[in-house]
Amino acid sequence: MKSTNQIELTAGVFLALAIAALIFLALQATDRGVVSGGSYEITATFTNVGGLKPKAEVSLGGVTIGLVERIELDPVTFDARVHMQISEQYNDLPEDTSAAILTAGILGDQYVGLEPGGSPVALEDGDELMITNSAMVLEQLITKYLLNGDDAQQ
Amino acid sequence: MTSDRHDTGHFIEFDKVHLSLGGRTILDELNLSIPHGQVTAIMGPSGAGKTTLLRLITGQLKPDSGRVVVNGEVVSDMSTKALNQYRKNVGVLLQNGALFTDLTCFDNIALPLREHTKLPERLIRKIVLMKLHTVGLRGAAQMYPRELSGGMNRRIAMARAMAMDPRLMLYDEPFAGLDPISMGISLRLIRQVNEALNMTSLVVTHDINEVVKLAHLACIIAHGNVIAAASPDELFQSQEPLVAQFMQGLPDGPVAFHYPAPDLANDLLSGPSRHA
Amino acid sequence: MREGLVKIGRAVVFLGQLFSRVRATPLQARETLRQIYYAGARSLVIIVTCGFFVGLVLTLQTYDTLTRFGAADAASTVLALSLFRELGPVLTAILFAGRAGTSITAEIGLMRATEQLDAMDLMAIDPMERIVQPRFLASLIAVPALTVIFNLMALLGGIFFAVFVMGNDVISFWGNMQASVELGRDFLHGMGKAVGFGFLAAWLAVYFGWSARATSEGVALATTQTVIATAIAVLILDFVLSAFML
Repeated sequence: MKSTNQIELTAGVFLALAIAALIFLALQATDRGVVSGGSYEITATFTNVGGLKPKAEVSLGGVTIGLVERIELDPVTFDARVHMQISEQYNDLPEDTSAAILTAGILGDQYVGLEPGGSPVALEDGDELMITNSAMVLEQLITKYLLNGDDAQQ
Repeated sequence: MTSDRHDTGHFIEFDKVHLSLGGRTILDELNLSIPHGQVTAIMGPSGAGKTTLLRLITGQLKPDSGRVVVNGEVVSDMSTKALNQYRKNVGVLLQNGALFTDLTCFDNIALPLREHTKLPERLIRKIVLMKLHTVGLRGAAQMYPRELSGGMNRRIAMARAMAMDPRLMLYDEPFAGLDPISMGISLRLIRQVNEALNMTSLVVTHDINEVVKLAHLACIIAHGNVIAAASPDELFQSQEPLVAQFMQGLPDGPVAFHYPAPDLANDLLSGPSRHA
Repeated sequence: MREGLVKIGRAVVFLGQLFSRVRATPLQARETLRQIYYAGARSLVIIVTCGFFVGLVLTLQTYDTLTRFGAADAASTVLALSLFRELGPVLTAILFAGRAGTSITAEIGLMRATEQLDAMDLMAIDPMERIVQPRFLASLIAVPALTVIFNLMALLGGIFFAVFVMGNDVISFWGNMQASVELGRDFLHGMGKAVGFGFLAAWLAVYFGWSARATSEGVALATTQTVIATAIAVLILDFVLSAFML
């Protein structure tokens, strides 16, 4: 039988160990919420977002700079409005940056690709991207191709 | 509490107590008075409600009707808080001692003192050693209950029950399963402690021979009621069939040897289907 | 069915009694710490061993599967996600029920059978406060603590396999995992589950002990019930929590 003090000490060491493990895993084994530190929000409107989902990456030149926070439908225009969180460290994107919904590989996930413009004015929190390019939907592409082919034959 | 006092001249008073558990009547309009400062034995066949009687006194059970009055206070009406206050003045020795197996004998006895008093540890040590000395087990203070015999365990439990110097001591079958020597020790202790500390003691038992040596008053309980209450000697002289059967340990009498069953001849002659 | 509902109702009433008599005193805190030793520290051996081997076998299996799709890099991510979100909390809770929950049930059940609980009651010491509460609280704390340690050991098991068997390097293994595991959605939600499971394991262990019939069969039955009921309740709660969190 261990003495009372030893038992309490062992219990304390056990708890300290668990708390250390918790802090270590929380800080070292995770990305701490992708956009670590501060971020700002921009929106973009698309006629069709295809298979884009919340949490999808937002990248520029192949580098992930943020992620899609949520996607909602504009009740008037029936366009899809995409809200994105961009990491604070990329706070000097030009105002006329354009957005397109792209696919990683043939069957990969869809993501938002940004293309910087030339404006000297930087984007700010809550701004909307004016130039957008909707997702390519495979069925629509095929239909279009087939119809165009018919036209050419005639 | 003064307004609630019901002085009757007796230390414990059962007043038309009725109790049924699980649809079975255990106590039926039971009246019983237990005098102050004496050792009273409660006897009766197994299942007669002796232990139930103790549980009514400690407030673990509440009667369906009637009152249980102890030292002028109505136990059956007490709130949880009042009951806890009251229990500090009642020492109970349960059948097997019920010592805390993960505490030493010393800590077992110190527990109620540490819990209910603000005495310094130095003083608690003195009290505990004195109680242990009374039961003759001061040398076993640092041992665990499992290292001691059943009889010693019960003496430690007795020391624990006395720790708070209660006014009332209740013993539930204190002699069951003890060897003759341990039984003799327990017998003498109960008597001694009762006199030395001016307590009232209540002993539930069916060891008739011990009762004669121990109790000032003996009560026999059967069929949910008190059938006799007198000094042990008087009970031995009693002509009442039930009392006589009990006191002389006759196997058959008013208390039947056989559990109620269909007639033996019919039962043996009929096929097994009757019991299926 | 009806009997089952009655049992659940009794367990809920018991929980109400447990909470209605909470008292925070230094004595209670010390007793809780002692119980953390018995329930938590003494469960370390089984948690550490099982954690390591779960990590090992999980990595082995994911490597084998993912290599067929040319995605072996994702092995560490698969390991970490399945651990943090599901396996860590669920397995720890079930192992805890088997190791510590049963001993709490048996201890309280035996105290009931040997009249120790009655004796406390008769000494005007509340056994609910002195016996049940510290054990409940200690289990509630021990399960999340053990879950973290289980997760850590499983990751070590994964690294061990990746490095010494597959010949990968630690940095890429850890880096791939780090890039795709989210703090809130994956890690903290998993810890939230662990707290919920701790609550269940603690509640059921003390309840079955408290309500055990005062015989040796009663105590034996109660310990069995603790393991079965905890395992089932944890898996049901796991589904409910997962459905809400995703």
